Amino acid sequence: MRLGTSATFNRRFGIGWMLAAYAFLYVPIFALVLYSFNDSPLPNVWRGFTLRWYAALVRDAELMSGLWLSLQIAFLTACGSVVLGTLAAFALVKYRRFPGRTLFSGMVSAPLVMPEVVVGLSLLLMLVSVQRALGFPERGLGTIWLGHLLLGMAYATVVIQSRLQAMPPQLEEAAMDLGARPHQVFWLVTLPTIAQGLASAWLLTFTISLDDVVLSAFLSGPGSTTMPLVIFSRARLGLNPSVNAVATVVIAIVAVGVLLASWLIARSEQRRQAELAAAAHA
Amino acid sequence: MAQNEAPVHAVPAGEADGAEDGAFLRIDDLVKEFGGYRAVDHVSVDIAKGEIFALLGPSGCGKSTLLRMLAGFEVPTSGRILLDGRDLASAPPYERPINMMFQSYALFPHLSVWENIAFGLKREGRPKAEIADRVEAMLKLVQLGRFAQRKPHQLSGGQQQRVALARSLARQPQLLLLDEPLGALDKKLREQTQIELVNIIEQVGVTCVMVTHDQEEAMTMAQRIAVMREGRFLQVGAPGDLYETPGSRFVADFIGNVNLMDGTLDVDAADHCVIGCGDVRHYVGHGITGTQGMAVTVALRPEKVLIGREPPQDTSHNAVRATVKEKSYFGSFTVYHLSLPSGAMLKASAANVARWRDDEITWGETVWASWSPTAQVVLTQ
Amino acid sequence: MRVRHLVPGRALVIALPMLFLLLFFLAPFFIVGKISVSEMETVTFKPVLTVVDGILTLKLKLANYAFLAADDLYLKTYLSSIQYAAATTALCLLVGYPFAYFMARARPAVQPALVMLVMLPFWTSFLLRVYAWRGLLAEGGWVADIIVGTGLDGLLLQLGLISAPGKLMHTPFSLVIGMSYTYLPFMVLPLYASLAKMDLRLLEAAADLGATPWVAFWRVTVPLSRAGIIAGSMLVFIPCIGEFVIPELLGGPETLMIGRVIWDEFFSNNDWPMASTVAVVMVLLIIVPLAVFSKYQAEAQEAAR
Repeated sequence: MRLGTSATFNRRFGIGWMLAAYAFLYVPIFALVLYSFNDSPLPNVWRGFTLRWYAALVRDAELMSGLWLSLQIAFLTACGSVVLGTLAAFALVKYRRFPGRTLFSGMVSAPLVMPEVVVGLSLLLMLVSVQRALGFPERGLGTIWLGHLLLGMAYATVVIQSRLQAMPPQLEEAAMDLGARPHQVFWLVTLPTIAQGLASAWLLTFTISLDDVVLSAFLSGPGSTTMPLVIFSRARLGLNPSVNAVATVVIAIVAVGVLLASWLIARSEQRRQAELAAAAHA
Repeated sequence: MAQNEAPVHAVPAGEADGAEDGAFLRIDDLVKEFGGYRAVDHVSVDIAKGEIFALLGPSGCGKSTLLRMLAGFEVPTSGRILLDGRDLASAPPYERPINMMFQSYALFPHLSVWENIAFGLKREGRPKAEIADRVEAMLKLVQLGRFAQRKPHQLSGGQQQRVALARSLARQPQLLLLDEPLGALDKKLREQTQIELVNIIEQVGVTCVMVTHDQEEAMTMAQRIAVMREGRFLQVGAPGDLYETPGSRFVADFIGNVNLMDGTLDVDAADHCVIGCGDVRHYVGHGITGTQGMAVTVALRPEKVLIGREPPQDTSHNAVRATVKEKSYFGSFTVYHLSLPSGAMLKASAANVARWRDDEITWGETVWASWSPTAQVVLTQ
Repeated sequence: MRVRHLVPGRALVIALPMLFLLLFFLAPFFIVGKISVSEMETVTFKPVLTVVDGILTLKLKLANYAFLAADDLYLKTYLSSIQYAAATTALCLLVGYPFAYFMARARPAVQPALVMLVMLPFWTSFLLRVYAWRGLLAEGGWVADIIVGTGLDGLLLQLGLISAPGKLMHTPFSLVIGMSYTYLPFMVLPLYASLAKMDLRLLEAAADLGATPWVAFWRVTVPLSRAGIIAGSMLVFIPCIGEFVIPELLGGPETLMIGRVIWDEFFSNNDWPMASTVAVVMVLLIIVPLAVFSKYQAEAQEAAR
């Protein structure tokens, strides 16, 4: 097969491939949503439209308490990851040489690829050792948060780092030249400029924490079952329409959120382009 | 007269005394090394209050490093910077009464024009009303009153530059630094902006040091220029002095166009000298300090070379027969590349004073090139 | 850029995240190593370093490692994990490269929307999407129907990817499909970033010098996107080796994955030292690709400077 021998073939092939790939990505989601309305406990056998699984969701104490716990942890993870990620990004971008830089850089990016079973296992074993020696911490929300922070920090650092690198260094120099002391430079100039990166990092780490299974499994204690763990144990047992219902709710919220954010960004970009054009003619 | 040594302390023209403590800005034997590399190599100069001083040189000559040391972004390896008698030492940028206008303008994208200009004033802790008055005054100075609420990305390049200028003048600095002020503008805008910029700076009366690689920019805007090369000052002087009396081959070549002819000092008298450069014999109308037979270079600007079909009165000195090899037409003037009998090239330029000429000198013609005995500069380095 | 005057807070900025990582990322690894050579004493561990008769004694139980080396099953599991990870990476690259390529060549106005559409599934819960495949591949599921209907399952049977016709769940096939599905965005995005950055005029220059589009693709585009290929491959390969959730939900008894082994040793057998041993060996396995990834990350940062 000769790729790209003609422009139209190339374009048609491209569109075709992309459509197929998008279909691959979205068909499972579509199926999930569809069967959440299936009036039958048996999967794949369509019997009729119903909303009873959604109604059951609200009465599902296990799931609801799991959701509440997950939301708390996700919120704390997002906040903590952004703080740690900003510090790490700063260290990597601004300070070219410091002792242990290679080690630091490696440790920051490793959680991105390290299998979660290893991270979870090692962190748990350490916490258990500490608990034996000092009497705390008990496994629960705090320990899960710690594990999620490790993962979240890695992702946050990547996002914030790219934003920080894109910022022209003259901005900070100009601020200093105009009399701003170092901490003022950070709060008044640097932070506003990377604000969008911080927001992206926050959302990203929130999502990752909300969705995490393995780390939560290793680091949770009695009474601290997160929503993914509930779903996971149910999913293991077989197909369960209540899971479909949860899935649809989650997908709906995320879809609305992402679409809204994209639309807002596109609109502000449009407005910005119009202003630039207007200024050029001014 | 030839300049045999690079000036160590360049005194501003017009200063009667030796400016021991009178210099407003004194740069005293400044050195900056990065690892083993010396970017600024023992630079000293005195700059008067209200003067516009340019650092001119090719990229990598150290001019930007010198500017950054004045601003406080680099700490000198050795040497002193004295502003109005006060040693700046390694004071951080936010503690210096110096402000800089960056090449990229560096306007804060998240702040409006008003907020950008007010930024420095707010750091000083001035009362709100005073800040407002000052910002309004600055906006009026650069004529951007209408755009106060706009954000930088909503402005054109020229407008952004004016905001940058207003911002750097807001705090009434004792020294204003300009980093390649016109680099980002296109040619037409550049000419207009040059004049506007100088007017505003003179109106405010602030002492100004600017950095540029564009000699036209330096000559138009500055009162004195320092030509820099490899971290050192080669020559410091007013634009006219640098152009008509360069002290070295590099300076003669760097600023404007020049013919450089190597030769030997054949006759060395008190009131004149004769230098032989291949098929050209130069009669120079003044004496120089030197020994007979020594190697010298003669610098001759193309516009000083007159070309014509008729031979001049004296064809033994300051004249040569040449063939027009190339003609470069620039609209307002034409540069003729003349080939001498020995094969050497001589450039001559002539203003096109008439719209059309029937007797236009063309390619391949053999003409006489001549110049006056005061047109040359004799260089020994 | 020399940030001379931001120096005062510098120590703190570096120290805080560094300490956090040293304490909660690096130190735990050493503890895992220690436990892997410890004797398990009901619920606690016998200390490794003790004083016996006044002499400092190091008591390492290497039996776990010996067991690992001797037992065929562990070896097979490690191998199979790497194989599945490699297969997933290859599939993701195969599907993802043209995808990223055409995305990068699309009209600039459309590209952000295309990227968002790739990101959107990533933002929704991966657990739920993996679960969705259970439905799709189970008997009567949409994809299962299509595969059985077109007779593709015969091909899969021949390739050894499934063990019985029509039964697509809990097979190597379902596992690889599931992993490729989950990790596809991780491959597409770095590839897209790399391809979008490419200067298209280089292709024009190649054409001008006589290269056909096919040749230009292999000799210009692919080499220039090397960074993206490496990044994407590492982002898929390394985590896949230790994947747990997907093998658990979509894999079967014959799909041996090391992540499940660690989980089972820990949660089912309660054999913490054994779990640690398995984990240590796995980390040693991925040290090389991990170093490659880390070096690539550092280089990418330097280049972006």
